[in-house]
Formats: sequence, C-alpha cells, structure tokens
Amino acid sequence: MLIPLGAVIASLALFGVFLALIGANPFAVYLSIYRGSFENWFSWQNTLARAAPLMLTALCTALPARLGLIVIGGEGALVVGAVATVAAATALADAPSLMITTLMMLAGMAAGALWVGAAGWLRHYRGVNETITTLILNYIAIAVMSQLVVGLMHDPKVVHRPSSWHVGEANMIGLIPGMDVHWGLAFGTLGCVLAYILMNHTVFGFAARVIGGNIRAARIAGIAVGRITVIVCLLAGAAAGLAGAVEIAAVQGRASSSIVVGYGYTGILVAFLARQNPLAVIPVAILLGGIRASGGLLQRWHDLPDATVLVLQGIIFILILASESIHGRLRRLWGRE
Amino acid sequence: MMGEVTALGWWGVPIAVLAGALRVSTPFLFVSLGECLTEKSGRINLGLEGTLVMGAMSGYGIAYLTGSPWLGVLVAGFAGIVLGAIHASVCGLPRVNDIAVGIALMLFGVGLAFFLGKPFIQPQAPLLPSIGLGWWSNIPQIRAALEVNALFLIGLLLVALMAWFLTSTRWGLIVRSVGENSDAALAIGYPVNRVRFVCTMVGGFFAGVGGSFLSLYYPGSWNEGLSSGQGLMAVALVIFARWDPVRCLYAALLFGAAGSLGPALQSVGITQGYYLFNAAPYLLTLIIMIMSSSPRRTLVGAPGELSVTK
Repeated sequence: MLIPLGAVIASLALFGVFLALIGANPFAVYLSIYRGSFENWFSWQNTLARAAPLMLTALCTALPARLGLIVIGGEGALVVGAVATVAAATALADAPSLMITTLMMLAGMAAGALWVGAAGWLRHYRGVNETITTLILNYIAIAVMSQLVVGLMHDPKVVHRPSSWHVGEANMIGLIPGMDVHWGLAFGTLGCVLAYILMNHTVFGFAARVIGGNIRAARIAGIAVGRITVIVCLLAGAAAGLAGAVEIAAVQGRASSSIVVGYGYTGILVAFLARQNPLAVIPVAILLGGIRASGGLLQRWHDLPDATVLVLQGIIFILILASESIHGRLRRLWGRE
Repeated sequence: MMGEVTALGWWGVPIAVLAGALRVSTPFLFVSLGECLTEKSGRINLGLEGTLVMGAMSGYGIAYLTGSPWLGVLVAGFAGIVLGAIHASVCGLPRVNDIAVGIALMLFGVGLAFFLGKPFIQPQAPLLPSIGLGWWSNIPQIRAALEVNALFLIGLLLVALMAWFLTSTRWGLIVRSVGENSDAALAIGYPVNRVRFVCTMVGGFFAGVGGSFLSLYYPGSWNEGLSSGQGLMAVALVIFARWDPVRCLYAALLFGAAGSLGPALQSVGITQGYYLFNAAPYLLTLIIMIMSSSPRRTLVGAPGELSVTK
C-alpha cells in the first residue's frame, strides 16, 4: 500500500520537474488538477464518470493477472463491446426499452468476452503469447469499428465525424438518482467487488491463483488450467465490453472514434497501480479518472497540450513498475531493525 | 493520377503494392532489427512503439528547426537510445517484468511525443531525399515505385552487418549466450545486465531512426496518427522471422506489402472495406503468431531467456 503511494508521489515530483523544465509552474498545474478533479461536486461528477469505464477496463488486466497473464486488450474489448451494443439496439428496435437496454449491456459484455476469451483460448491451447495477441486485437477492433461506422452502420445525419446510428434516447441508461453520475459507476464498483469476491473468496479464484503461482503445481493438483484460463479471460473481456456498452448507452449514444480515447490503456495502468487487486482498482480508477478529468482544464488554463495527462500517466507507470523491485526488500530492512 | 492508373489497369495494383513494400517496409525493417538485437540478448522491448513515435516527432522537429533532415534522423536515434536506456535500467532491477515495462514505455513515449510535438504539426520540415532506381523504365508508376529512400539502403546494409555481427563476431556470441542462458553467461563472467543494457539502447536507436523515416520521408509529416502500431507489429515480425536479421528483411517487405494493399486498391477505385484492408498487417501478424506458436514446444530459434516464448 505504501510503496505504490510512494511511487505516485515520486512521479508527481518528477513530473513537476518536467513541467518546470518546459516553463510551467508545477504547483499551479497541480492545483488545477485538483480543481478539475476533486474540488467540488461538479468536478467529482466529472471524475467519477471517467472512473467508471476505467474500473471495468482495469479488471480486464487485473483478472488475468492473477493467472500470471498480461492482458492488455481492454481497448479492443471496449470497442467491440460498443459496436455490439449499437448492433443490439438496432436489431431490437421495436422491443420495450428496458429489455433493449438490458440486452444492449449483455451484447456488449458478450462481444468483449469473446474478444479477450479468444486470446485466452489461444494462449492456453495454441501457446500464443496473450500480450501480443490482445494488443493486435486492439488494432483490429478499431479497424472493424472504423469500417462499420463508414459502411454498414453509417448514419449520414452526423456530419462532423463518421458515426453509427444512435441507440435511441429511450434506451439510454441515464443517471444514478441523486448523484448526477451515470449508472456505469455502479456497474464498475459492483464489477470490482464481485471480481474481488470471485478471486479471493471462492474455490474458483483460489484455483486461478494457484495457476498464477505455479502452473505445474496446478496441473498436478488436477486443476482444469485450460478451462479456468478461458473463463477468467471471458470475464475480463466482459468487463471491458461492459465499459464500451456503458460509454455508448450512458454517454455517446453512437459508436464513433470518440469511443477510442485510451480508456483501455489507462485501465492497464490502473490495474498495475492497484497491484491487480480488484478492490484497490476502485480508488485508483477514481484517482486516474480525476487526472483525466482535469486534462481539459490544463489545456484552457495553462496552455498545456492534452497529452500532458499521458506524460504524467507514463511516468507513474514506469515508476510503479520500478517500485515492484522494492517490495519485500523494505520489509526485510524493517525486520532487521 | 487516375488517368495513369487506368492506362495500366489492374497492373497498377501489384505495382503499387511493390512500391508500398519498398516504401512502407523501412520503419518495419529498422524497428524489427532493433527488436531482434534486444531479443537476442534475452529481453523483449514492447516499448518500441513509443520509441518509433518519439523518433518520428524528434526527427521532424529537429529537421524543421535546423533545416537538416539527416540531423533529424540522428537525433531520432538518440531519442531512441534514451528510451532504450530507461527500459534497460528499469528492467535491470530485480523482479521487474520486461513486458510490463515495455507497455509503460509505449504509453510514455507516445504521450511525450504528442506533448512535445504539438508545435510541429503545422510547419513543413525538409524531407529526406530519395534515389530514383527506375530510370530504365518509362512507365511513371514503375519509376515512382522505385524511388527508394537512402534509409532503406542503409537498412539493407544493416541487415548484412547484423547477420555478420551475431553469427561471426565475439561480441555477437556474447549477446547470444546472454540471451540463451543468462546463468551460464554469468558463470563465464559476462556482465549480463550490461550486455542487455547496450542491446536495448542500440535497439532503441534503430527504432528511433525507423520513426524518423515516417515523419521525414513517408508519409512525410508529423501528426498524432502517424504510427499505426508499426512498432508493435515489429515485435511479432521478429518472432515470425525467427530472430534472424535476413528473415527480418523479408518479413518487413511482406508487412510493407500488406500495409499498402488498402491504398493500392483505393487507387484503382476500390474504396469498399478500406479500413479492413488497412487492418491486413494486423491480421497477418495474428495469423503468423497463431501458426508459429505451439503449446508443447518453444518457438524455433527463440533465445532461451525470452519471456514471450515461455
């Protein structure tokens, strides 16, 4: 707990040096980040709306990580989830809207699940490296969506950016009563809690962790390694697919390139910062959602490009990985004292 | 343009694909050679995508500011060295996963390039010159197809040099032994971490140069959508090439050809499925990965210490 926090603080210091080097005042920038993300309820809403998809895409990396897999396919699963959501809404146009909404969510989850589940299957049954597969699948997913929004799903009424049809205002999932934050936040939080229970308090989760610890021991113990690998990857993909479904049904309404804003990649960072613990994903996603939320403010007030947030995220990511090597060693130091 | 194409009819497609193979393959070639060297030393650098973008940005920026594209290429290489050094030093720490560090550096490199590259999106920098090898033909498409960039020729030279280095020199043997079995290499007394450090930095240099090709020759400008994952595909390309520099060249040409299929078809009027044809290199990568992997054995020719093949 302390070490990731230390790494984040070190990253903020390093980023401050970077800001000073390019001539911005780091303290003013940090104040703006705070203002844009956590100062008042309005900025909190902004933060939480961005944290919701991050929780779900983080699960896409955090769940397979328990098996010792590095899955980075959150972005692709989110995109196919979004496409499937639009497709479901279109196919069911005449059904009652509650049913459409439910099926939209399920379609998004199913598409994401198949997307990452395929990578899990290939990993176990064909020995294909899951990191590279999921990365390539991200690009393929984006290409498929780009094709669909100019072709099969193209809505000519939208002119500024090739977009798909709208899922219909009646089918949007709307806001959590009294919070002014969309339901994605509830889905994300629930997803993290369920993932935590599954991974830490069930036999299934125990088996998964044994696989991650020592795959040969797991085989000898008679654990169905292949089945568990595929199921965990299916669940991971379903989480990211749900993130795509929520982005469509609560925010965008249509699939377009504005879905592809890096939630999947930031989700990887969230998972690593949370040390792959689903419960820790919740606060970390809120923290990084806050940093994302303040991006616009940095642009307006400090004339910093929107990539500023990416640089900060990159620094945090590198330092958090470097801090992995301190784990255990510090404890040994303390133990000696 | 359309008139010329119709004069050649459907022959325009293979010629355009050939031209694309020569043109588009250069960044693949450089990144895969760099990755090949790094992986030979037993470490994988997934961050070369970030290095590529960073190289493209810094090369373009320097070429614009100084007026010399070749200086830009050099600086792009140095940017790659710096990112390679970061990767190598973090990976040198105990219990740090090189794949994860690669992902982090990919995001960091891309972010930094977007951040620093904002002022260079508009201005036009001087580009690298090309060498016309099609003087013998009077068909304009063939002439255009054989407009080769000097970097491609340097890349060819590099292929030969690296093949020789890895197989026939003492240093090459050290790199391979470190990549094959680090414990054995350590026991003989080779500085495993330092060898990997140097290999990752040199690999970063190549990737940075490959990036400068994107911004300084083809497509020949700097913007945020410049790289479409060439740096990542190069990682898979090295696996396909079974860690052999000469096969890296063939694979890079193949990927270049796959990548130019979409634009080539578009030039003869087939615009349906443009994005899908653009995804051809990714599909190719995926198919190659699936076909070359097996759950029962490690990949043929893979360095023994490499984490992706375990």
